[in-house]
Amino acid sequence: MTPTISVSNLSKHYKVPERDGGMKAAVISLFNRKYRTVKAVDDVSFNIEAGEVVGFLGPNGAGKTTTLKVLSGLLHPTSGMVNVLGYEPTKRSHDYLRQVALVMGNRNQLSWDLPAIDSFELQRAIYSIPLNEFKKTRDDFIDLLELKDLVNKPIRNLSLGERMKMEIVGALLHRPKVLFLDEPTIGLDVTMQRRIRTFIKEYNQRWGATVLLTSHYMADVEALCKRVIVIHHGHTLFDGELNQLVTQFSSFKTLGVTLPDPEIDLSQYGEVLTRDGARVTLRVPKAKTSQVTANLLSDLQVDDLTVEDTPIDDVIDSVFTSTKEAK
Amino acid sequence: MRRYIDFYLATMRISILEQIQYSVANYFYMIGMITEPVIYLVVWTTIARQQGGTTGGYTVGAFAAYYIIWTLVRNMNIVFTPFGWEWRIREGQLSMMLMRPIHPIHSDVAFFAGWKFVVILLWLPLAAILSWIFKPTFDIRWMEVIVFSLAIWGAYLIRTMLLSLLGMITFWTTRVSAIFELYFGFELILSGRLVPMTLMPVWIQNLSNYLPFKWTFFFPIEALVGNLTDVQLWSGFGMQLLWIATGIFLLNIIWNFAIKQYSAVGG
Repeated sequence: MTPTISVSNLSKHYKVPERDGGMKAAVISLFNRKYRTVKAVDDVSFNIEAGEVVGFLGPNGAGKTTTLKVLSGLLHPTSGMVNVLGYEPTKRSHDYLRQVALVMGNRNQLSWDLPAIDSFELQRAIYSIPLNEFKKTRDDFIDLLELKDLVNKPIRNLSLGERMKMEIVGALLHRPKVLFLDEPTIGLDVTMQRRIRTFIKEYNQRWGATVLLTSHYMADVEALCKRVIVIHHGHTLFDGELNQLVTQFSSFKTLGVTLPDPEIDLSQYGEVLTRDGARVTLRVPKAKTSQVTANLLSDLQVDDLTVEDTPIDDVIDSVFTSTKEAK
Repeated sequence: MRRYIDFYLATMRISILEQIQYSVANYFYMIGMITEPVIYLVVWTTIARQQGGTTGGYTVGAFAAYYIIWTLVRNMNIVFTPFGWEWRIREGQLSMMLMRPIHPIHSDVAFFAGWKFVVILLWLPLAAILSWIFKPTFDIRWMEVIVFSLAIWGAYLIRTMLLSLLGMITFWTTRVSAIFELYFGFELILSGRLVPMTLMPVWIQNLSNYLPFKWTFFFPIEALVGNLTDVQLWSGFGMQLLWIATGIFLLNIIWNFAIKQYSAVGG
């Protein structure tokens, strides 16, 4: 089966001017301008099948947004092949644009001064959505995101989270087959983040849409993505299932131990991460987890003991930190 | 075609709704805008009176007519500016527009066209007040009204194409305000905005025949308040169509290069 998104050896390089600070360097740069090539994306390859929800992870400047922009046809790649739904995105064919959507958490396309309901009508015209289909989709989305009381208020009078929900509705009214979501929950409170996650999940399941999501909130990724692609300095570091990422990059487990005596020193069992009254968390090498657990239970009176994988945030952080140090 | 008509109507509706939202601000904006023609009008009518009531074939009443119609043509000439393109690219708004299956120029043309309907409505009482004060002399034929009604939209489209072409420069560099200012300087002199073109030196009048500017300003005004024959009226409108076609042609070519340069820096 042909993948919905196919990226092969994608590179996007920018030539940027640079100079030293100060007046002398500024004057010299007028006559002798120096450039540096920035490899925003460098030889990245991956395939995404129809209906998959894939997390695209990486620190700021890793190349995530650049890749999304190439996939959505905004940027022309320096080299490599990109194919989405059988289209070459850079050709920006209208048929292609009708089947995709790019939602950026910090950008809006709805009219600031008008109620969203008016802007939705414009979206209908832009995407030539048949009227009945438009009304049904719009009303479904409004119900799903609980926006009924808000659609008649001007966008400028809505909170950030409410605005984002409206933006998502506007962006998906044409029921795109492929969604590029660039930090859709950025700056939102926990409740609003959860609501948007649920909606994306529902959309994916209901319409079988393919979703490529970037987010710095691991809760988004954990809730939505079975598979993640980790990118750093323009290179792919990892492409696989989320739990494999933890297995591959984390050689530790976290033990939570509750003791009747909060004074007992547990440092001989592992690295003490936190101590909150009688509750202590320990970091222990994965290979020694069984042994340490057995020792704790045999040596001490333990009220409660939990064994957990390292939180995904910590794993990701350690991946990026180790790569940085290795450079 | 039906898709475009639907899009244009929907965008114009949005534009009108937005302008209604800010109708008071729009009115003050228009009142502010008549300062410029009133200054020109006072200067030229004073000169005309000092020269026995006529300057360059324009009577005091004819000057008043020219500059009152000027206010409408000026408003019809307001389009999305190159500064707007600069802002749109810098703020990442263009990225969102490029994700739509419709060219951004269509959005601009439709949006500002919707605005014009509000502008024309707001202009009517202003024109009445200016007429009451400055006593213009009009000698208007039906053919002139018809051509003028078309020519103000022709002017709008020519200027949209020109300023969009200028705006394309921002795909290569986003610091081009100086180039824009230079353009507006030329436009001021060669369009009939500063003075009727017939008062300009002959060489400037000749030069303006080969440039698009006068078809955006002087021609629509002259179509209504001048003494053009039917042939002159329709051939002038033909020139507008020619410049619109040239603008669309150039815009298509430059857009294809520009879009490859787009770096989506702003978002």
